[in-house]
Amino acid sequence: MTTTSPKKSPNIGAIVIIVVAVVLNLVIAKLMATWSYSWFPPQASTAAPYVDDLFALETGIGSFIFFGCTGVMGWVLLFNRAGKYDESDGAPIEGNTKLEITWTVIPLLLVFTIAFYSMKVNDTLNTLGPKQKYSLGTDTRELITADPIAQVGPIQVIARQWSWEFIYPNGVRSSELHLPIDQRVNLQLQSEDVIHSFYVPAFRLKQDIVPGSLISYSLTPTRQGRFRLRDAMFSGAYMSVNQSNVIVESEEAYSDWLKRSAQKALQPGLDPGRTLYDRRIARGNKGWGTVPPAPPPLVNDPGDPSIPHDA
Amino acid sequence: MSTTNYDPRILKAPHPVPGAPDNWKRFFSFNTDAKVIGIQYIATSLFFLLVGGLLAMIVRGELITPPADLVDPSVYNGLYTMHGTVMLFLFLFPILNGFNNLLIPTMIGAPDMAFPKLNAAAFWLVPVFAVVLMGSFFAPGGPASSGWWSYPPMSIQNPLGHFINGQFLWILAVALSGISSIMGAVNFVTTIIRMRAPGMGFFKMPIFVWTAWAAQTIQLVGLPALTGGAVMLLFDLSFGTTFFRPEGGGDPVLFQHFFWFYSHPAVYVLVLPVFGIFSELFPVYARKPLFGYRFVAIASFGITFLSLIVWVHHMFYSGTPMWMRNLFMATTMLIAVPTGVKVFAWLGTLWKGNLRLNTPMLFCLGGLFNFIFAGITGVMLATVPIDVHVGNTYFVVAHFHYVIFNTIGFGVFAGIYHWFPKFTGRMYYEGLGKVHFALTFIGATLNWLPLHWAGLLGMPRRVASYDPEFAIWNVIASIGAFMLGVASIPFILNMVSSWARGPKAPPNPWRAIGLEWLLPSPPPAENFEDDIPTVISEPYGYGLGHPLVEDEEFYVRRSLEA
Repeated sequence: MTTTSPKKSPNIGAIVIIVVAVVLNLVIAKLMATWSYSWFPPQASTAAPYVDDLFALETGIGSFIFFGCTGVMGWVLLFNRAGKYDESDGAPIEGNTKLEITWTVIPLLLVFTIAFYSMKVNDTLNTLGPKQKYSLGTDTRELITADPIAQVGPIQVIARQWSWEFIYPNGVRSSELHLPIDQRVNLQLQSEDVIHSFYVPAFRLKQDIVPGSLISYSLTPTRQGRFRLRDAMFSGAYMSVNQSNVIVESEEAYSDWLKRSAQKALQPGLDPGRTLYDRRIARGNKGWGTVPPAPPPLVNDPGDPSIPHDA
Repeated sequence: MSTTNYDPRILKAPHPVPGAPDNWKRFFSFNTDAKVIGIQYIATSLFFLLVGGLLAMIVRGELITPPADLVDPSVYNGLYTMHGTVMLFLFLFPILNGFNNLLIPTMIGAPDMAFPKLNAAAFWLVPVFAVVLMGSFFAPGGPASSGWWSYPPMSIQNPLGHFINGQFLWILAVALSGISSIMGAVNFVTTIIRMRAPGMGFFKMPIFVWTAWAAQTIQLVGLPALTGGAVMLLFDLSFGTTFFRPEGGGDPVLFQHFFWFYSHPAVYVLVLPVFGIFSELFPVYARKPLFGYRFVAIASFGITFLSLIVWVHHMFYSGTPMWMRNLFMATTMLIAVPTGVKVFAWLGTLWKGNLRLNTPMLFCLGGLFNFIFAGITGVMLATVPIDVHVGNTYFVVAHFHYVIFNTIGFGVFAGIYHWFPKFTGRMYYEGLGKVHFALTFIGATLNWLPLHWAGLLGMPRRVASYDPEFAIWNVIASIGAFMLGVASIPFILNMVSSWARGPKAPPNPWRAIGLEWLLPSPPPAENFEDDIPTVISEPYGYGLGHPLVEDEEFYVRRSLEA
């Protein structure tokens, strides 16, 4: 290693290696971005494609950075290891101001680009499904028109420890959420006890439901099927089973279901925490402290949790 | 063993140093020597690493199958809450304060901390709140089980109605931990500002000292907010106030602001010193100066500043208005810039180096590899639309474990191995160290890499049971977790046997440049005593051929004679 020529001559070998590495890295980044679409549940709302596109973009940029940096690490591990008895020092490079400014400015521009692009996506998503938080006691007339262009709703969504209840404009109550496909629906989310979170992975949407407030939340489902609704905010002992389903169906099937349900008598709805709690009581109430589950809501259609969900 | 092996100054010191004979009792006393306190911190926190790890393995045991079948869900919730609390407040914060105690005075040439008694008091609060926290397992209704966030109203439900309950003791322990941390922070910051060796201007300080200073500044600014929030939560829980109870006009989301105003920067309190460890170790084992020393130093305070204005990114779907989400998304992403400066500087340091792959270097390289990955998923999480999908899922769990264990944990292990000879006077066993690294790296990767996919598919965090489609990721994760448990065996063996009968360490086994390496191993009680060296160069002058301090041969000779 005695390359101490003061004159800078372009090192063709190094340039070729760098160009090949960058091209290879770009190809890998593109492949990762394409692959990333398969890591999600199916896209079932108008919001989902935007989220997945943004994620793919960041996966691509992130992969390029990750493989670039770790590629450098791999290179030095292969070619710059000291021999067993080699106690010599490496090249005494203390820094390079131009390089340091470059790797400050480029990431700065990059994150600003990502941030501004994401803000645009935020705006788009907000147009597709606005969200508004009202404190309880707000004039109910204002609430009914919280989303004036919604085609369905408002549907009341009530979260409890640990059950879900949905009340439709015609007064029907259910334990699973039925929605017509391709129609904008306005939900009014409320919690009766602690913070819950309305999370439908297939919709890529999540909203915390804060007690003491009412959240108007609009969305448009775009795919028929049964999709899991999960409580994504820790809400106590039986939070993990506080799940339900969102059933997206054709407009005819939806209105048919509403009509049929309206004729059914009220009965106890899904109450997933109850089975576990009863089992605990039967075993002598062993375990650590928990509040008992709230009484099950009385609904027209309790749904059938044994039908497998699509995502 | 004859006492003549030791520096005579060690034997006449009022507070003997680690490694000297027959004075192990000082580790159990109110000792004011920062090096004793440092080892007290590290030993205590490694014990709690085992406790937290054991809790984690029960959690992963429960999660290896979809249904909740190992423990009752209420017990599961208590276990994961205590796992997080123990790991943060009894492992990570104390162990990094251990490093601060060992390294800050020796690296800046100070005889001790600015306030030695305050320092000892700060340490002895750790066992006190440890007893409170561990005692909560025996409280009626079990320990706190609302997660380490303790979001109200869930956390203040107090199902059994006892005044003394797990949540009460938890808040008490966290408040005591905060007091201990503030006492430590006052001490560290004062010591760094006031007690540096002659000639050591701010831009001659080692990066570890820079990062410790930047981190402790966060403690001073942020902790009062958390403590205030915790006091209000305690009042809501125990005395019927309604700061956070909606039925009394309170706002549950307000607590989230208090909590994250400190608890997000807290991550940087932990990660900054680890950046310091990386910046110390890469130059030593690559035999090169740190690339862009000044940039790396200043970036630390860039991170400090930005860390204080990002907290709302934990609340993107709590009903925060759009302008707030956009603003905090931008500030959060900005943190990638100073952090990137550091990462690129480390890569620049490695480039054309002469790498020596011993255990500390392996842990540093592994930690850097994991951190680059964690940084990328971090930017993804900062992106509002993506966070709305993956927030509160296993994607977050995977991301923050990549930061907190796969980066910070790795850095801590690297630091332990690197400075073990200096402060115990013994060499560790390289073979066992490498086994420890291999098991840790494979175990950690198996544990947390797959969980990213579970999160992307929509598996919420903090669940005791889950839908069967997530099973495969969780089985792999649990296998990785158990492997991490196994990895602790070679580590414990190595530490115990090396300290007891490892080969005697020379003053500077790694041929490192730094004031601490001009001291004997282990250093005497007052470090340089009256002969404090005058610093004349920037740190990390590997291969540059100029001395770090005036009359360097004198200090080298003296350390060898000891």
